[in-house]
Amino acid sequence: MASAVLIEHLRKSYGKVVAVKDVSFEVQSGEIFGLLGPNGAGKTTTLRALCTLTTPDAGKVQVSGISVVDHPKLARRRLGYVAQEVAIDKILTGRELLQLQAALYHLPGTAIKERIAKVLELLGLQEYADQKTGTYSGGLRKRLDLAAGLLHSPDVLVLDEPTVGLDIESRIVVWDFLRKLRAAGTTVVITSHYLEEIDALADKVAIIDKGLVIAAGTPAQLKDQVGGDRITLRIREFSHQEEVDKAKNLLANLPFVQEIIINSAQGNSLNLVVTPQKDVLITIQQTLSSVGLPIFGIAQSRPSLDDVYLAATGKTLMDAELAAVANRDPKAEKKQNMR
Amino acid sequence: MKTDINLPSVTSPSLMVSDTGSSFIGEITQETLALTRRLFIQLQRRPSTLIAGIIQPVMWLVLFGALFQNAPQGLFGSTANYGQFLAAGVIVFTAFAGALNAGLPVMFDREFGFLNRLLVAPLASRFSIVFASAIFIISQSLLQAAVIVGAAAMLGAGLPDINGLVAIALIVFLLALGVTAISLGLAFTLPGHIELIAVIFVTNLPLLFASTALAPLSFMPEWLKIVVALNPLSYAIEPIRHLYLNSDWGLNDVVMEAFWGNVSFGGSLLVLLGFAIVALLSIQSQLRKTLA
Repeated sequence: MASAVLIEHLRKSYGKVVAVKDVSFEVQSGEIFGLLGPNGAGKTTTLRALCTLTTPDAGKVQVSGISVVDHPKLARRRLGYVAQEVAIDKILTGRELLQLQAALYHLPGTAIKERIAKVLELLGLQEYADQKTGTYSGGLRKRLDLAAGLLHSPDVLVLDEPTVGLDIESRIVVWDFLRKLRAAGTTVVITSHYLEEIDALADKVAIIDKGLVIAAGTPAQLKDQVGGDRITLRIREFSHQEEVDKAKNLLANLPFVQEIIINSAQGNSLNLVVTPQKDVLITIQQTLSSVGLPIFGIAQSRPSLDDVYLAATGKTLMDAELAAVANRDPKAEKKQNMR
Repeated sequence: MKTDINLPSVTSPSLMVSDTGSSFIGEITQETLALTRRLFIQLQRRPSTLIAGIIQPVMWLVLFGALFQNAPQGLFGSTANYGQFLAAGVIVFTAFAGALNAGLPVMFDREFGFLNRLLVAPLASRFSIVFASAIFIISQSLLQAAVIVGAAAMLGAGLPDINGLVAIALIVFLLALGVTAISLGLAFTLPGHIELIAVIFVTNLPLLFASTALAPLSFMPEWLKIVVALNPLSYAIEPIRHLYLNSDWGLNDVVMEAFWGNVSFGGSLLVLLGFAIVALLSIQSQLRKTLA
């Protein structure tokens, strides 16, 4: 059986700007597949190519074995696309929007009513269905948009940053909904620049940066590849430079310590990468107390996806995100998104 | 895998059908009707443009009519009063202005991303987006024309017979079709609604003044006569004016003396038909590019 989604060496430029350089990944049926990366990494362009909204310059894009370039209409039937910006007609009610959507996907008249009732229930929208969408909160709009994407029972549901700008409550609704979909065997492709979202939801991840896939696998695999545990150590709430330097030199001699970075942005805390073994924290505590250094806080954790990103790009996702936001060109982005 | 949760699949049957193409007509009808319905729901809940689009021409009739009320008899040809002369111009100009705005909702759909919703859907033909706009605008133009005809009758311009009314409807239809096509072509070509509104602004009134809507051809200098004879609006105005003034009108009647020869009633209809066809053909490539 063909993969639910297959993308090989996708490339797409807008004028001189190369949005996607070389992206390849494969999504198996029934998986939640996460594309993680900062703004401007090429996630949205990849999804737009997948959903036939933009034509790739090069590469192969398939849905259930169907080339989206050669057979766009067949591919569209199998895809549900929920864009990042919720585009709903605010003068229509939720139900009317779904009725329009049903007609655009040529659902048979007999099935439409039942199907709409089903997706309204699934997203908890029954009581809002006959209100104009202009009165909806951001979370409700997103839920309606998700309901619309799901209405025609697509093989693959494609979601571009589904929780950006949502309140916590709506975010939880969306997460629950995606987990339900997975339980029912639906394939979901989701982009996000929220690490915890991808970590919590995705069975497999591809991390994208500057139009390239820099790491791919299950979240656990990726973290294992990075290796080591993370320890965050604070001598004091705001430690003196001499003290942290002293602590750093001492700790660097411990056999299990691989790397130490002083994080001046967080009150001179010490970030350690250590080989996981017994008594790591106790050994550190004893080492410091032997020279009379106090401990304000110490925490040990497994590597996160952010550490994966850091290892691959040399900066944290947060820093990349801030840099990307500073370099954004909203006008050019709008142009890319308009047809 | 299907995303159905405890529900039978609803995509598979239609998938089969569309693969063979046997229900192409059914699908294009379904999507066109749904898109048209959306436009009518919008109109029903936000009727201000329609109300304004009806009040404005009626005010034209009343105010412009009053402006020239004391003009010497016979100044505007064989018309009994200026109102009678003006009715044809107001009907045509209203249809023209309405159709010129047809592209605006499409432009907003592009800008707000709603068009993307339509473009990721497996439409049988994306031209159903164009059909829906055309059906909507033409219905609206016909409704406006009906109100203006009624208002003009009350203002003393008289009421054409049933054939005359059918002819007016046909003329409004052809003109609105052509202009709607051009406006939709612009909506898919121009970068945003500001540019589209700018184009509408610079097209609207000049085309009105460079037509026979407000004054007869005989009033104009030679250069303007040439411009007027090239303006499709004139070919819509003159036959309507003719049937307002002549209860026993016929297709062979001469309705306009253009610089290149006499134009008959039937000839005007052919010009309008040609205009609509040329307009539709000229936007084909642009629509294909955007919508294919």
